[in-house]
Amino acid sequence: MRLWKSKTSRQNIITLAAVIIVFSAVFFMNQGGMLSSSLSGQLVPICVYIIMALSLNLTVGILGELSLGHAGFMSIGAFSGVLAVTSLGQAIGNPLLLMIAAILIGGVLAAIFGFLIGIPVLRLRGDYLAIVTLAFGEIIKNVLNCLYVTIDPDGLHAAMFSGAKLPGKFIINGPQGATVPEKLSNFGIGFVLVIIVMLIIMNFVHSKEGRAIKAIRDNPIAAESVGLNITSYKMKAFVISAAMAGMAGVLFAMNYSAIEAKKFNFNTSISVLVMVVLGGMGSLRGSIVAAIVLTILPELLRGFDDYRMLIYAIVLILVMILNSNQRFLQFKITLKKKITAMFRKKEAAKK
Amino acid sequence: MAFLSNFINGLSLGSIYAIIALGYTMVYGIAKMLNFAHGDVIMVGAYVSFVSIYSLGTPPILALLISMCVCTVLGVVIERLAYRPLRSAASLAVLITAIGVSYLLQNVALLIWTSNTKVFPSIVSFGSLHIGSLTITGETIVSIITCVVIMIGLTLFTTKAKTGKAMRAVSENRQAAELMGISVNKTISVTFAIGSALAAVAGVLYCSMYPVLVPTTGSIPGIKAFTAAVLGGIGSIPGTLVGGLLLGIIEIFSRAYISQDLSDAIVFAVLIIILLVKPNGLLGKKVTEKV
Repeated sequence: MRLWKSKTSRQNIITLAAVIIVFSAVFFMNQGGMLSSSLSGQLVPICVYIIMALSLNLTVGILGELSLGHAGFMSIGAFSGVLAVTSLGQAIGNPLLLMIAAILIGGVLAAIFGFLIGIPVLRLRGDYLAIVTLAFGEIIKNVLNCLYVTIDPDGLHAAMFSGAKLPGKFIINGPQGATVPEKLSNFGIGFVLVIIVMLIIMNFVHSKEGRAIKAIRDNPIAAESVGLNITSYKMKAFVISAAMAGMAGVLFAMNYSAIEAKKFNFNTSISVLVMVVLGGMGSLRGSIVAAIVLTILPELLRGFDDYRMLIYAIVLILVMILNSNQRFLQFKITLKKKITAMFRKKEAAKK
Repeated sequence: MAFLSNFINGLSLGSIYAIIALGYTMVYGIAKMLNFAHGDVIMVGAYVSFVSIYSLGTPPILALLISMCVCTVLGVVIERLAYRPLRSAASLAVLITAIGVSYLLQNVALLIWTSNTKVFPSIVSFGSLHIGSLTITGETIVSIITCVVIMIGLTLFTTKAKTGKAMRAVSENRQAAELMGISVNKTISVTFAIGSALAAVAGVLYCSMYPVLVPTTGSIPGIKAFTAAVLGGIGSIPGTLVGGLLLGIIEIFSRAYISQDLSDAIVFAVLIIILLVKPNGLLGKKVTEKV
C-alpha cells in the first residue's frame, strides 16, 4: 500500500494495469480469431513501436536530448538478431529460447553501439547533438547496406563490398538485406517484452540515476555543480535506450521473412520521434497511446489510400499548432474542470 | 587530370549544397528553428520548372523565374500558416511541425505529379568546356557561378540593405530588435522568402545535374545541405559556403577513390569528426553560457 500512496507510482501501476488488461483482451480476441487479419498483422509492429517510443522517450523526454537516429539502433538489433537466430538455430532447438537469446544478443549489441556512439555524441549540445545522431543513423544504414555475411559449417564470413567470394549461404546480402530463417515473433512475446521494458523504464526513472538525469535535463550547470557526473548519467540513459531499441529491432525483424537496411532510415526515426512528441515528452502513457494510434492510423486510412499520408501530415501539423495555442490550452483546462465538477455534483447528489 | 575533374565536380555539387544550406542557416539564425521542410521546397521548385518547360513550353530561364516565384510564395505561406502560430512554442514542437509540413509537401506532390520518375531537362543550353583533356560540363560552370553570385549578393544584402540589417538584428537579439522598431514577423517572412527562392534555384540546378525527379527528390540533398550548414557553423553565411563546398568535395572524392556505396557514410563520419574537434562547426560562433 505504500506504493499506492506516492502519486507517480500510483500512476505507473494504473498504466501498467491498463496495458496488461487491454493487451490480454486483444491477445484472447486474437486467439479466438475475432480480429480482422489486417489488425492482427499489426499487433507485433504495435509492440515494436511501443518499445521504440518508450526507449526514445527515455532519451528525448527524460534525458532531454533530441535523437534523430534511433532507427539505427533498431537496425543493429534487427541484423544481429537475424545473425544470432541463423547461427544458433542448430544449437537451440526451442523457438522461444532461440527468440529470447536473439533478443538478448540484439539488445547487448545495440547497447555496445549505443556506448560507442554515446562517447562522441553526448559531448555535444542541442541541435549539434541532434545532427550527429542523424549522421550515425545514416552511417549505420549505409554500412549495413554494404555488408555481406554468409554462413557455412566453419562459421560466419563477412565482407564489405559486393562481388566478394564468400563460402556458404548468404544471411545478409548487401542492399537486398537479411533473410530471416523463421518467423519467431508473435504477439505474446511482444506483449511480455513491452511489459518488461515498461518496468525497466519506470524503475529507472524513479531511481537515483533517474532523478539525477532529470536534474541534468532541467539545468545541467546546477546539476554539475552539486557533483553529478553529467556524462556518466547521460551515458547510462543513452545505453539503456539503445539496448531497448535493439530489442525492438529483433522483434521487428523476426516478424518478416526478410529485412532491408533501408527500412530503418531517417523517416523511421522521425516517425518514432513523432510518437514521443505527440504522446507528451517524458510521459510513458502518452508514448504508448501515441505509438498504438500512429501505427494503426495509416492502416485505418487505407481506404483513402492516396490521401492517407496527406491526412497524417495535416493531423500532425494541426495537433502541434493546437497544443501550443494558449486559448486552446485554456479551453482544455476549463473543459476538464467542468467535467470533474459535473462528476462531483452527481456524487454529491447520490449522497 | 582525373583528380582535377573530380575536384571541379565536387565544387559544383558543393555549390548546390551551399545554396540549399543558406536556406537552413538563415532560418536557423533568425527564427531559431530547423526547417525540415526546406528540402521539399527544392523538390517543388524542380517540379514547377519541369512543368513550365514541358507543359507551358517556356524557355529555361523563365521557368527558373516562375519556380522561384512559386517557391517564394510557398515559403511565406508555410511560415505564416504553420510556423508563426508556434513562435513561442518549444523548439521540438516546431521541429515536428516542420516534419509535418515536409510530409505534406511530399504527399501533395505525389498526388499532383504521381510517383512516376520524371526526367528533368537540363536548363543549361551550352555544352561542355574542354581544356586539354579536362572536360567541364555547362551545369558545373553554371552552378559554381550561381553560388558565387548568390553568396556575394547575400553578403552585400545583409551588410548594406536595411532589411538585411534588420535580419541580422533579429538574429542577434529578437527583443532588442523589436524595441528598435523592427517588425520581427515581417523579417522572418523575408527570410523564408529568400531561403525558398534560393531553394528553387538549387532544385533546378540539382536536377539539371542529376535528372531524376520524384516526390522525395528533395530529402537527400536537404539532409546533406543541413549537414553542410552544421559543418560550417549554422547561422554563418561564409560558414555555409565553406561547409557546402567541403561536403561536396568529400562526397565526390570518396565516391571516386574509396567506395561508391559508402560515400554517404564517409560524408557523415567527417561531419562527426569535425564537430568533435570544433563543436560549433568550422566558422560557428562560440556561445558562452551565462549562469
